[in-house]
Amino acid sequence: MATRGLRVLAKSSTPLLRRTLSNSISETRPCARILDAECSGAAALPARGSCGVPARSYGSATNRTADTELSKNWSKTPPAARRLSGEPEKAFSDDEDHEILDYPGAKTNFTHEMTFIPETAAEPVPCFRLLNDFGQPLPWAKLPQMDAELATKIYRNMVNLQTMDAIFYEAQRQGRFSFYLTTHGEEAINIASAAALSPQDVVFTQYREPGILMWRGFTMQDFADQCFGNAADLGKGRQMPVHYGSRELNCPTLSSPIATQLPQAVGAAYGLKMSRKDACSVAYFGDGASSEGDFHAALNFAAILETPTIFICRNNGWAISTPTNDQFRSDGIVVKGRGYGIRSIRVDGMDTLALYCAVKEARKIAIEESRPVLIEALSYRVGHHSTSDDSSKYRKKAEIEHWKLVRDPVNRFKKWIEAQGWWDAKSEKAIRSEARSSVIAAMNKAGQKQKPELSNLFTDVYDSLPSNLREQELQLRDVIAKYPRGYPTDVPL
Amino acid sequence: MRISITRALSILQRCARDCPQQQHSSPSVGNSTLSGAVRLLSSQALATSKEPEAGNVPKKSLNLFSAINQALHIALETDPRSYIFGEDVNFGGVFRCTTNLADTFGKHRVFNTPLCEQGIVGFAIGLAAMDNRAIAEIQFADYIYPAFDQIVNEAAKFRYRSGNQFNCGGLTIRAPYGAVGHGGHYHSQSPESFFCHVPGIKVVIPRSPAQAKGLLLSSIRDPNPVVFFEPKWLYRQSVEDVPEGDYMLPLSKAEVMREGTDITLVGWGAQLSVMEQACIDASKEGISCELIDLRTLIPWDRETVEASVNKTGRLLVSHEAPVTGGFGAEISASIVERCFLRLEAPVARVCGYDTPFPLVFEPFYMPTKNKILDAIKTSVSY
Repeated sequence: MATRGLRVLAKSSTPLLRRTLSNSISETRPCARILDAECSGAAALPARGSCGVPARSYGSATNRTADTELSKNWSKTPPAARRLSGEPEKAFSDDEDHEILDYPGAKTNFTHEMTFIPETAAEPVPCFRLLNDFGQPLPWAKLPQMDAELATKIYRNMVNLQTMDAIFYEAQRQGRFSFYLTTHGEEAINIASAAALSPQDVVFTQYREPGILMWRGFTMQDFADQCFGNAADLGKGRQMPVHYGSRELNCPTLSSPIATQLPQAVGAAYGLKMSRKDACSVAYFGDGASSEGDFHAALNFAAILETPTIFICRNNGWAISTPTNDQFRSDGIVVKGRGYGIRSIRVDGMDTLALYCAVKEARKIAIEESRPVLIEALSYRVGHHSTSDDSSKYRKKAEIEHWKLVRDPVNRFKKWIEAQGWWDAKSEKAIRSEARSSVIAAMNKAGQKQKPELSNLFTDVYDSLPSNLREQELQLRDVIAKYPRGYPTDVPL
Repeated sequence: MRISITRALSILQRCARDCPQQQHSSPSVGNSTLSGAVRLLSSQALATSKEPEAGNVPKKSLNLFSAINQALHIALETDPRSYIFGEDVNFGGVFRCTTNLADTFGKHRVFNTPLCEQGIVGFAIGLAAMDNRAIAEIQFADYIYPAFDQIVNEAAKFRYRSGNQFNCGGLTIRAPYGAVGHGGHYHSQSPESFFCHVPGIKVVIPRSPAQAKGLLLSSIRDPNPVVFFEPKWLYRQSVEDVPEGDYMLPLSKAEVMREGTDITLVGWGAQLSVMEQACIDASKEGISCELIDLRTLIPWDRETVEASVNKTGRLLVSHEAPVTGGFGAEISASIVERCFLRLEAPVARVCGYDTPFPLVFEPFYMPTKNKILDAIKTSVSY
């Protein structure tokens, strides 16, 4: 009769607890117990004597549930009260293992079996995909509602991103600006996720997701101006290239440190929730970032504070030279969600349609249920970490070539839109050439623009200039006047 | 003086050559008989010297990252209980300082860690507390802050809080610091002053390959936790003759790089080469500058600086970090306390401005040669 498993708790407890439960494992983990606490007292150690009676073995109880009123009441009644009320003593009943454990740290039932949870599940978490490597829908795949206009817009953006990366990378190599890194192999994660979001959603990127800004309307000129650090750069020339950001487009300006944006995204989402905005926050990061303390803090805060946050991990296999085997021994990132009570999914990061669907659904969950979602997008970092890196030192060229040529996400999506009759060789040629000329034009224009004025060195440290900075600016101008040849001439004074 | 240096270095090298067993049998950090003896010898010899290099010591022209690589190689070779780890260390590190070390000493002694600075330092403290030498790499000093808690609350207080029952003296944290020409906010910072405010750790910054090798070996073998900042701008740029063997340079001992009579200049790391240029320019105008490399920032060698200021009557301190709360402020205050009546001009500080490190404006932000020269002239004509 009175089995007191998860269902009982789920029904009888508060909505908060119900959510937590349904959000975590399908059944709570039982707690091993050998001595009966009611008999031996709170600290029922065998050494303390004869009253410690071994609990009986009646097999696994975790799957047995009952949802009778009686069981509900039982679970809520303290043991002492139960005895007083004349209910039968349960110490040696079949249901001993099922008694609800009321420690504050975990709501579960007892088990006599000492079972350690295995370090990994029997099977790795499957990866959600809709299109195969050749851009063909998988059998039984339920494709999203996507019309020609949206599909070709996504494709065009991916091509633009790919083209910008290729040309900017070369430009950096030629010394036109100081640094660059590409999104090669991760164009789908960039653009498909951006397409599934709403412009009101606040996006905290790392540094390999310029496609979100691109989708939202950051122009090729905006990108080029930032990389050149000229007067038109929204960041006023202060940060390294690729450190984009736009208030207008709801993308806070990114920084270089890894994973710092993750707890910030949770705070932002809390703010959005409290002001009842129909928006979520989105945080992008790589596999390496999942090792940082900020990642764990962010997931925990998001779960506890029930924030509408979508965490999108680009698990691309490499953190500079560090392979994922040196980064974590779990089944990737996706399983970490459950550890924090967060609903999670693993997606093929090179499948535009699967990503679009997963992010769209995650957004719905985040906003409608006010809870975080974790998406692990499996991909491959086709480019070097950055222009400061030569990845041939730590991975095989053939491996890179394979992913570049055979597994390219842009090409995969192209095949699908071609099969829909929405794209052909002619449109391909046109978009490629258009993308190329627009990147080159933007770059040339950016290179000709002036640098930001010198005063920008001192402004924005605070909302207004404190006296120490005012004084330092005067000192600097004084020394420049004395030694004009000692300073760059392309920065207007 | 040169003879004594030569003798010290040759004794030291003989020890390293002849006594490998003894070295390997003395893993106890801080009390290692050999390394203690080696350090004492080199301290005595070099305390009064200007340069580590001497007549017959075999030397090789090396850049900074190769000198550091050599020091790490020696550290691993001379102590089987030494370990090197950090992000991307396995393939040689992003600045190539750990090149070939994993291949030579195995992946159990030289290894990648997950991308987590607090994890790296916390792990290193625990490893060091078990009488090992833990040489941890933080990829950029700009990324050391997640480990701040471990350094400040744990490493620095490990000995004190246990009544000296425990220590993590075998800990050395290496991190590239400073400007590099295009690093912007997060690849340029000089965070040394944060750590100089923490009793219990030492902060060491070398200026050149030969200095780096000797100071790093001392830091690794010192019985206290050391934060060792490497001037990344110099990794490839700075090249000099470096003694090939195992040698150490004393910690907490400043070095007078250039003697002078009119003004004392104090600095450390990459900034010294800028200051040296200013000294040369000043000498053309008849001003004689004494240049001191502090080398160890805490505990620092006040006596050497004090003696110099008592001679010159003027002091200028220069560093890349923002002027407010920088370590220059501490030096300035200490010297004013000790040499008040001897000072003939206010102590000058030529430092970074109180702004984040900027990309495009880097040449303006930096404490450049002409800013230093200007301050020298102002001080001398005060």
